[in-house]
Parts: sequence; C-alpha cells; structure tokens
Amino acid sequence: MAKKIRGNATSMQSPSRRRFLKNSAAVAAGATIGSGAITGFPSIWAQNIKNVTLRQFGTGVSNINAIADKCKEDLGITLQMTALDSDSVAQRAVTQPNSFDIADIEYWVCKKVFPAGNMQPMDTKKIKYYDKIVPIFTTGKLTPDSEIAQGTAPHTVGFTKGKDSVEFADQETDWMTLIPTIYNADTLGIRPDLVGRPITNWKDLLDPAFKGKASILNISAIGIMDAAMVCESMGEIKYGDKGNMTKEEIDKTMAILTEAKKAGQFRAFWKSFDESVNLMASGEVVIQSMWSPAVAAVRAKGIPCKYQPLEEGYRAWGGGIGLAKHLSGLELDAAYEYINWYLSGWVGAYLNRQGYYSACLDTAKEYMSPEEWAFWMEGKPAAEDILSPEGKVMEKAGTVRDGGSFYERMGSVACWNAVMDENKYMVRKWNEFIAA
Amino acid sequence: MKRNLFSARAVPFLQVTPLTLVFALFLVVPIVTIVVVSFWDYDEYRILPDFIFENYIYLLTSHVTLTTYINTLKYAALTWIFTFAIGFTVAYFLAFHVRTTTWQIVLFVLCTIPFWTSNIIRMISWIPFLGRNGLLNSALISIGVVDEPLEFLLYSDFSVILAFVHLYTLFMVVPIFNSMMRIDRSLIEAALDAGATGWQIISNVILPLSKPGIAIGSIFVVTLVMGDFITVRLMSGGQSASVGVAMSNEISLLQYPAAAANAVVLLVVVLLMVAAMMRVVDVRKEL
Repeated sequence: MAKKIRGNATSMQSPSRRRFLKNSAAVAAGATIGSGAITGFPSIWAQNIKNVTLRQFGTGVSNINAIADKCKEDLGITLQMTALDSDSVAQRAVTQPNSFDIADIEYWVCKKVFPAGNMQPMDTKKIKYYDKIVPIFTTGKLTPDSEIAQGTAPHTVGFTKGKDSVEFADQETDWMTLIPTIYNADTLGIRPDLVGRPITNWKDLLDPAFKGKASILNISAIGIMDAAMVCESMGEIKYGDKGNMTKEEIDKTMAILTEAKKAGQFRAFWKSFDESVNLMASGEVVIQSMWSPAVAAVRAKGIPCKYQPLEEGYRAWGGGIGLAKHLSGLELDAAYEYINWYLSGWVGAYLNRQGYYSACLDTAKEYMSPEEWAFWMEGKPAAEDILSPEGKVMEKAGTVRDGGSFYERMGSVACWNAVMDENKYMVRKWNEFIAA
Repeated sequence: MKRNLFSARAVPFLQVTPLTLVFALFLVVPIVTIVVVSFWDYDEYRILPDFIFENYIYLLTSHVTLTTYINTLKYAALTWIFTFAIGFTVAYFLAFHVRTTTWQIVLFVLCTIPFWTSNIIRMISWIPFLGRNGLLNSALISIGVVDEPLEFLLYSDFSVILAFVHLYTLFMVVPIFNSMMRIDRSLIEAALDAGATGWQIISNVILPLSKPGIAIGSIFVVTLVMGDFITVRLMSGGQSASVGVAMSNEISLLQYPAAAANAVVLLVVVLLMVAAMMRVVDVRKEL
C-alpha cells in the first residue's frame, strides 16, 4: 500500500493565498504521520481501512497537516498531502490521473478538470451529512429567496448527470462532483486610519483621492473580477456575466484600468500574499484587493486594517474534494469514510476558526465554543479573546468580524471566481495592462 | 608505427571530448529544446507538440512586445551608463591613486563585501529605505527639505535603475580594474612628458587601453539586465514590464511555448547586442 510521495512543489510564483499557510506550518507534503493509536472507530472497516493510504493533492489552503494527523488518529487512514498552486493542480488533475486518489480543487478549476474524465462523482446516498451541506453547494441558494451570483457558482458544477457522466447537471442529482472544503467571500482591504472617509463601494478603489495609494492583485483570473466589480460599481459597464465576459467587456474593463494606471492611481500590483501584507502594513497602500488571512496578518502587527464590506457585495471562491476515477473497492470505501469524517465537525470547526467557512455548519458548531461560534458565524462581538487553531490570539475580546455574520457575508456574494471562455484573450489583455 | 600515428591523431579529439560533451549536454540540448517547444501549441493545462508559428506571430506583431523591449532596453542603457561611470571611476581610483598593492587589495575586497550577501536581500533592503514612510523620506521631512514624502523614490523606474546599479556595478569594476592594472605605467609618464593634462591622459591613454575591460563589464551588465525579471517586478511594484517579467508571467500561466518563443527572441536580441560590442572592441586581443 505504500505509495510514493510526489514531492512538495509549491511554486515560487504560485498565485497564492496559500503561501500564507506555509508560515503556520500547515502545508506539508507527504507528512510523516506518526503511527497514532486507532481510537474510537468501531466500524468493521477499521481493521482494513487503517492500512489504506490516500494521496490527496490540492492548494495549500485546505491541505492542512493537522487534518491529516487527526484523520490518522480517528480513522487510521493515512493521508499524504501535496500542496501545489491552482494552475499546477489543474494541470496535474488533467494530465496525471493516476498520481492522486483525492483531488482538492477549486470549483472554477473543477469546471475545466471534471470533463476531462479523470474523476468520478460521489454517490450522495453514501454521504452521511449530505443534507447538512450548506445549500449554496446543492441548490445554489443560501436561503430560499437568495439570488444566484455570477461566475462559476459551485452548484453549477456540483453535480453530474449520472454515475459515469462527465456532464454537469442543471440541478441536484445523486452524483456530486466535489464535497466543499473551504470557501469565503473576498472584498477590499483598507487602512481605516489612513483612508480618511468611509469606504462603501468597489469604485472607491479608483477614487482619485487615493491616487498612488491603491493596489490590485496581479493574478489575471482574479484581478479581472475585482476590476469588473469596480467598473460595474462606477456605472461604466454593465456585465452579462462577470465570470464569463465577452471580448468587448474585457476590452472596456482593461481600458478603464489602464487609464487609471496611467493617471498614477496604483502604487503597486501584488502577486503574493506577503506582498499584499507589506504594502498595507507599510502604508504604501491604503486600499487594495486583499485576502482574509492577509488582513489578519496586518492586524497581527498591531496595525489597523479592515476587510471592508461593500454595497455591491463580495467576490467569493470555494474549493472541494473529489475522487479520482481509478478509486475502487477498499480504497473507494476509505475515501467515502474520509469524506464523512471530514463533514462530521472537527475539520469544519478547524477551518471556521481560520476565518474560512466549512461545508456543514451544524456539525462544526458542536466542535466550537459558543463564544467562537458567536464571533465567527453570527457576527457578534467576541466575548473573549479569539484564538487561531494553533492557539495564537487572533482577535481581542470585544472585536466584531468585518462584514458580520455568515448569512450577511455569504448572502451578499456578487460573483464567484471563474474561468472564462475567452481566457486566453483575457490573459493577453491583462498583460498589456501590466505593461502599459 | 601505424597505430602510433592513429593514437597521436586521436589525442586532441579525446582532449576536447569532455568539454564538448559538457557543452552539448548543458548548452546545446537545452537551447534546442527551447527552440523546439517554441513552435508547440498549448491550451490552459497542457502543451501540445505541434509546429505552429502562432507564438512568434503574436509576439512579433503585438505592441506589448515593443513596449516591453523598449522598456527593457531603456533599463539596460541607463544601468549601463551609471555602472560604467561609477565602475570606471572606482577602478581608476584603485589602479592609479592607491599606491601600494596591499591597499589596492584591501579596498578591492571592500568593494566585494556587499556581494557576500544575497542578491535578493540587497534589493529588498531598498524597499523600507525608499518607501513613503521609509527612512529616507522620514529623514528628509524631519530636516525640512521636503514637506510631503517623495513618491517617485519607490515603485518607479528610479528604484528599478537604482537597484540594478547597486547590484551590478561590481561587474564593471572588476574587469576595468583588471585592464587598468595591465597598462604600462611608462606610457603615462611618456604622456606627462609630452605635456598631456590629466584629462588628456584619461581620454587618450587610459580609456582606450581599458576598452577590453569595459567591453567585458558591459557584456555582463547588459545581459544581466536584459534577462532580469525579479528586480523589475519587486522594485517597480509589479507596474513595469520587462521581457523577463513577461516570460515569468507566461510560465506561471503554464504557457510554456509562448515563454519559449519569447526566450528565443530575447536570445537573438542579446546575441546581436553582444556581437555589436565585440565589433567595437576586440576583447580577445587583450586577454
């Protein structure tokens, strides 16, 4: 059963909120997992499953070593984690189908990867907590009257038409492509002490008042979405679908951004997590696209930084785990066992405590203290110091989560990360903008 | 007798074999691979063996290519001017004003000390120094030279060139110093006897005789700047493009064939530049 570890290739230019997690020693490939005692798993599988090794690869955000350790402890299954950047993940899922058992991929990557036929959908009847999965991932509607956001909304690529189908179904079926792991809503980060006025809209990024003090992320697929949020907020462009723009929409968006760049609006463009933290912490930039762990990192230095909710809503992203086509028999059973364990609460609580959201909120709640739950999920002031999963103080007592509760944040998603049909064209236009 | 003749003939071939193999393996094979891949096709996740000219057609017709090349050449030219001015001055001082060999060696080693640290560290150190709330701006404001922080200091062409000059001046100093040390001192005495002024000695004697060193230094500086991507990206805050930055973007998007085509064009351009420099100065004559 011993399978070879394929190395830990976290690329230098990885477009990465994932780099951050390296610091917290969360990302590690093929961890040397101690032979912990098998406890509290009376199922008949326990005897066989404890010998199974599952090779999981994906982006670093959810490829967390603590999860592998806990999985070994609870189930006996050995998880070998490999962390890669999004592009490499997609490439590997398509070109090396036998190099993994479980793929941890983002939904927009799934849209491209699943049709390649190297993965198999999951039987929802075998997923114990299926009914408790947040409905964003099943019906697409957070609450029955929610509107479905633009871009690659997870439920649109969440189901296939049948067991052997690679076609996505329009509505819920018994065959699910990915079980959601981590998702979140992104917005602009600001320095509340330096902006000098309330920030309410995406268009504030291009406000001449912040000339030379704004920044946008230079990862074309995500940067273009933030740019689209800004242009729409300005009232300059009305998009059919921000997640799948036409060439004309791309041209117009880039024209507005190029004009702003030439006028000196931007101080810098950032590509990696640490760059965004340094720009903000040093005061070079007072308003910029940001990821939530970066905001936390700035605040950890004692510098005020706010993940500002905006009127037009958030740009959301999410990922999930799916099964490789070649899994069968005992390994497949082990994979289902792992997925059921994943949804059973401990992992969910761990992820929620990092400021992300997890798939089954009800089960996660049981593993969080009432104070933690109130702070992270209900948007209430922290009753006590809020600790990270590693035990470091993340937020002092009394603070309120930016953007408020889960329903306020995930309920105002305007657009999901996506990959466009005109991707190649968009990338070229984006590079022209950077070179302008 | 015959066997001896054969082995005598074979000796030179055997002698060049190791170097030939090394060159073939580490120079020829990689370059041929890059050239081959530059004609391949690609989609989002794969590179597809093919023979298409699309990569070159896009590259050679896009105005972005022109912008990036102009920008890169501008960096190369400005960096060359400053590294040459500083490098020549430092080398001249070391070679002609420092009298004892001991002091020459001491001062020369002093020049190299910064190069014991990492290239990246030396570059990044400029960022907190030049920033809006950085040391320089704070100092200027506190002594009342300026009221507002100077924004052009960081994330600008200024900071890119500054970092390049800082990083690469030593590559000018060393070869020029080497050339100057070979200049026969009696030539300078002769020039003095003939009534030449200090400037005339520099322009008519020292400068022409330092040419090979200048040429070697220039080749170092120009090729390093032309191929750079990290200095431009970090010091311009990602706002300026260079050929290297364009290539690294393509690689991060898995567009290897496009990056390969870019690399081939850059290689040709740099080879032409080096050839032009070799035409001006016969480096071999002096080595």
